[in-house]
Amino acid sequence: MTTRIDTRFAELKKEGRAAFVTYVMAGDPDLATSLEVVKALPKAGADVIELGIPFTDPMADGPSIQAAGLRALKAGMTLKKTLDLVRDFRKDDNITPLVLMGYYNPIYIYGVDKFLADAKTAGVDGLIIVDLPPEEDDELCIPALKAGLNFIRLATPTTDDKRLPAVLANTSGFVYYVSIAGITGAAAADANAVGEAVARIKRHTKLPICVGFGIRTPEAARAIAEKANGSVVGTALVDALKNSLDAEGRATGKTVNAVAELTAALAQGVKGAQQAAE
Amino acid sequence: MNVAKPNSYRSGPDDRGHFGIFGGRFVAETLMPLILDLEKAYTEAKADPAFQAEMNGYLTHYVGRPSPLYFAERLTEHLGGAKIYLKREELNHTGSHKVNNVLGQIMLARRMGKKRIIAETGAGQHGVATATLCARFGLECVVYMGAVDVERQQPNVIRMEMLGATVVPVQSGTRTLKDAMNEALRDWVTNVHNTFYCIGTVAGPHPYPTLVRDFQSIIGNETKAQMQEVEGRLPDSLVACIGGGSNAMGLFHPFLDDPSVEIFGVEAAGHGLTQLHAASIAGGRPGVLHGNRTYLLMDADGQIQDAHSISAGLDYPGIGPEHSWLHEIGRVNYLSATDDEALAAFQLLSRLEGIIPALEPAHAIAKVMELAPKRPRDHLMVVNLSGRGDKDVPQVGDILRGKK
Repeated sequence: MTTRIDTRFAELKKEGRAAFVTYVMAGDPDLATSLEVVKALPKAGADVIELGIPFTDPMADGPSIQAAGLRALKAGMTLKKTLDLVRDFRKDDNITPLVLMGYYNPIYIYGVDKFLADAKTAGVDGLIIVDLPPEEDDELCIPALKAGLNFIRLATPTTDDKRLPAVLANTSGFVYYVSIAGITGAAAADANAVGEAVARIKRHTKLPICVGFGIRTPEAARAIAEKANGSVVGTALVDALKNSLDAEGRATGKTVNAVAELTAALAQGVKGAQQAAE
Repeated sequence: MNVAKPNSYRSGPDDRGHFGIFGGRFVAETLMPLILDLEKAYTEAKADPAFQAEMNGYLTHYVGRPSPLYFAERLTEHLGGAKIYLKREELNHTGSHKVNNVLGQIMLARRMGKKRIIAETGAGQHGVATATLCARFGLECVVYMGAVDVERQQPNVIRMEMLGATVVPVQSGTRTLKDAMNEALRDWVTNVHNTFYCIGTVAGPHPYPTLVRDFQSIIGNETKAQMQEVEGRLPDSLVACIGGGSNAMGLFHPFLDDPSVEIFGVEAAGHGLTQLHAASIAGGRPGVLHGNRTYLLMDADGQIQDAHSISAGLDYPGIGPEHSWLHEIGRVNYLSATDDEALAAFQLLSRLEGIIPALEPAHAIAKVMELAPKRPRDHLMVVNLSGRGDKDVPQVGDILRGKK
């Protein structure tokens, strides 16, 4: 099975540069605006899109992404509408890899088999589900791989060499290295420590390794892109979107541009990185 | 639901932490290595006689166990049916059953070399117990408490602060127990290297539901021995309130394989089951939250719904996974009591027995008021009086004055 994710990383390898991975919350602040935001991301330089599935209780997320999820839910967002958004996005873009990121409960309630079939049809390429460690692989990871979707696992500073093989066993697409022990948007990632961690993981896998949590600026995105196969930025984009909203939390004429402009600046940072020799 | 009956109701969970389909380890990768360490540390501690001996010493001399099994003569006369015994967990040091579990977990934390303890709390009873044992053993203590609960359980907030704990009011979500647990998990993910998460109930990722149950099972084990001593036989029924369900599991578990014993768990029905409530089994269905699969209150999209109960300790949209299993397999009957029923029971027990219960076990008393009159006078019914009502006096006082 080859997904859009595999194809994109193969292309980037040829170009000799790292991926810029963007995260936004589906349905933030409303479905129509969110679709426009997602459409703007590849045009502004995003190589891979992570789309958050809103959830009431996001235990690994900081205040920015918590608030984004609640804005989306308040505007009536659901998992079904998230898949609708992906389907609409795919009408104009059949190349950019798209990964859904979130928590298990909405998928469990939707029904795993139905969700995987609907997600594949809608044009989803991979899943990052924060609260499904390898110990729970039977739940969604194995069925997802069978359905032709990548299951992208998080590796963290607490994942030691002994545990890495278990974490990597059923991972495909890429590995998401969480650069800090913490929640999204909290602390800044230290590029040198990240470099060491990426080198350690590379000893166990040939998959591309993208790094996220704590990357907010073009400079930081570049520093990480020099150590890894991709930089992931989420909270900074979610904050840019939030800062463009009116006092009632509704989208304004500036909303799509606010996200697109920061995306473009961050993409420049990533593209300026000197890739470490493989 | 048709589920095959097991040979024993006490053999769970399996080695992956499952009680039937419930339980499991649904946590972020950052926490997984620590959860595996905890499981290992607990398995070793359980097999270590020195650990048990040390714990027994503190249970006797610090907590004040065994707690009495008290014949509630006037309540029995008033209801005119079953002979009612109260398991007096409210007489423990710190005023509730919570201390049994906290003592065990703090001793585990010490074994694991962790110096910083975090906890979530609803009514504040688990927070007070944690703050107390952290003071006793010189450990740093941070307690997450929903801002709504900080407001309605002020006496416990003051107690925790006096004991040297930092109480963090949680402003996210519904600002109650569920959000306190989210925030505690976020702290844990961030400070995993030096922090032990002392979970207050039989929920969360494996091995928490098991180890909390084991530490609380002293309630049921004592009850069994005490009843044998005074009545020469097993009780006929057990009644306990359920939020997450630790006091109930502690009482029930040692009796699960005694088929003559009827078992009743009482959830909080809030304003009523058709309105805002906290009865996960009566009004919810299986889902995944806070590290385990269990019955949860949620909408059609799998979004967690707001719970409501007059009692902060029961105001949680989930329940421990072993309770979900005991419900599906039919061993325990899960009932529910409304805010108003609990308030009436709170007053009745205060007036008849001179015991002011916490609002949480007042829910259990409320169902005893229904169950006991329908049973014969030789029926022995045990209610877990899991906490005392001092913390609720200001809140209930306001409600009663407002009603008059």
